[in-house]
Amino acid sequence: MSKKILLSSKEIHIILHRLACQLIENHNNFENTVLIGLQPRGIFLAERLVAILKNDYNVSNVELGQLDITFYRDDFRRREAPLQANKTTINFIVEDKNVVFIDDVLFSGRSIRSALTAIQSFGRPSKIELLVLVDRRFSRDLPIQPDYRGRQVDVINKEKVTVHWKEKDGKDAVYIINN
Amino acid sequence: MSQLSVQHLLGIKHINKADIDLIFKTADHFKEVINRPIKKVPSLRDITIANLFFENSTRTRLSFELAEKRLSADVVNFSAAQSSVKKGETLIDTANNILSMKVDIIVMRHPDVGACDFLSKHVNARIVNAGDGTHEHPTQALLDSFSIREKLGSVKGKKIVIVGDILHSRVALSNIYALNLQGAEVKVCGPKTLIPKYIESLGVGVEYNIKKALEWCDVANVLRVQNERMEINYFPSTREYSQLFGINKQLLDSLGKKIVIMHPGPINRGVELTSDVADADQSIILNQVENGVAIRMAVIYLLAQQIQHK
Repeated sequence: MSKKILLSSKEIHIILHRLACQLIENHNNFENTVLIGLQPRGIFLAERLVAILKNDYNVSNVELGQLDITFYRDDFRRREAPLQANKTTINFIVEDKNVVFIDDVLFSGRSIRSALTAIQSFGRPSKIELLVLVDRRFSRDLPIQPDYRGRQVDVINKEKVTVHWKEKDGKDAVYIINN
Repeated sequence: MSQLSVQHLLGIKHINKADIDLIFKTADHFKEVINRPIKKVPSLRDITIANLFFENSTRTRLSFELAEKRLSADVVNFSAAQSSVKKGETLIDTANNILSMKVDIIVMRHPDVGACDFLSKHVNARIVNAGDGTHEHPTQALLDSFSIREKLGSVKGKKIVIVGDILHSRVALSNIYALNLQGAEVKVCGPKTLIPKYIESLGVGVEYNIKKALEWCDVANVLRVQNERMEINYFPSTREYSQLFGINKQLLDSLGKKIVIMHPGPINRGVELTSDVADADQSIILNQVENGVAIRMAVIYLLAQQIQHK
C-alpha cells in the first residue's frame, strides 16, 4: 500500500478560504441560501466553511443542515457490507431556497444523485449547487459536475482519495492511497 | 453490528440485545423520516410484501402497511376472518399461492401459536410475526421499549409493571423477553386467574395488589382484557375487575410520583384505564402508535437488507 499526500494542512486552509469567498461572491449575505453537508464526511467540510464565513468574513446567519442519503442509495441489497445510516438534521425549509450541497470527495456522482432525490423530501429548492473539496476527474458514472471545487485530481479507479479532518482524525490532510 | 442475527422476526425470544440496539438505532432515523414534509424513502422499491392477517387487527395492520409504503415497498393485503381459514386451504397453500406472485417478505398475524415459526420453515420468504395467538407480538414489545427509551432515556434499570390479562397476552410475553434483554426490572400484576403459573421462571416478579405495583414501578404497561380469548370466566364481573385492577386518576394521584402509562390498544375505557388516565399527559399511548411505524420500518428495512438482489 502506498500513501501519497495530495493536500497539506496549509493548502487545505488556503482552499477553504477561497471556497468561502466564492460562496460569498455568488450568495452575498446568504439570505436565501442554505448549506447542506452530506453525511458522513461532508459535514466536517460544511462546518469548517460556516466557521470561516462567520469568523473571517462576518457572515453569521448561514443556515447549515446535515443530510443522510443512506435510504436513497441505488445500491441497497447490491453490496456486500450492509449500509449504516447517519443522522439527518434539517431544521429549516428548503422550499424556494438556494441549496449548496457540500461533500469531501466527488467520485462516481451516485451519492449526489441520491442527495438530489433525498432533498426533495424537504421541499422544492429553487436551485441546487455542489461544492466539493476534491473532484476526481474522469471517474463519473453520472452526468454530475461540481460548481465549486477545491482541487481537481486525476486518479485511477483503484486508488482511493481520503480526506482527514483535525476534528476527527487529528490533522487536516488529503491522501491518495494505492492498494 | 449493522445486521440482524436472524433472517425472520418470529419473536423476541430469538433475537439478542445487539439486534434490539440495531433496530432502535435504525428506528431513530426512520422516526426523523416520518416527520418530514414528505415521509417516504425509496429503499424498498423492488421489494414486495404480503400482509397476511388471519385474525382481526386495525392498528397493527395499518401500522405495518404504512411502514411498508413509507419504505416504497409494493404491498398486498390478505385478511381472513377466523371462520374463512377453516374453509379448507392450509396455511402453507395460502402462503405458497401468495408467494407465486413473487413476494419477498410476509407479515403474518395468526390465531395459532407458532404459525409464523411453521411458515418460516416451509416457505421461501422472510417472515415477520405480527402476533401469533397468545405467544409473541415482537414488534409491539420493540415499540413499547422504544417508547420507554424515548420517554425515560433508557430501559436499563427501569421498573416496569405489566398489568392485566397476562395469561392470554402475547404482548406481555414479548415485553418480558425484551425488557429482560435490556436489563429492566419487570413485575406482572393482575387477578390470580390471569397470571400463568410459574411465570417467575421467566425472571419476573408477581404482585396482586395494583396500588403496590404502581408504587413500585416507573412505567405501567396496561393490557386489555381479552374477552375473545376466554372460554370461561376468569373473574366474576368487569365491574369487579375495574375496581380491583383498573387505573383511575385518584389512584395515580395517590402515588406521590409520576409514572408513565402505556397501553398497546385498543383500550377498554373505564375497564383497565379510565378516560382521564388514558388522556393524561403522563400517558404515552399515542407516542406508542407513532413509534410503531418507525419500529416496523426498521424491522422490515433490516430484514430486506439481507435479501440479495438477483
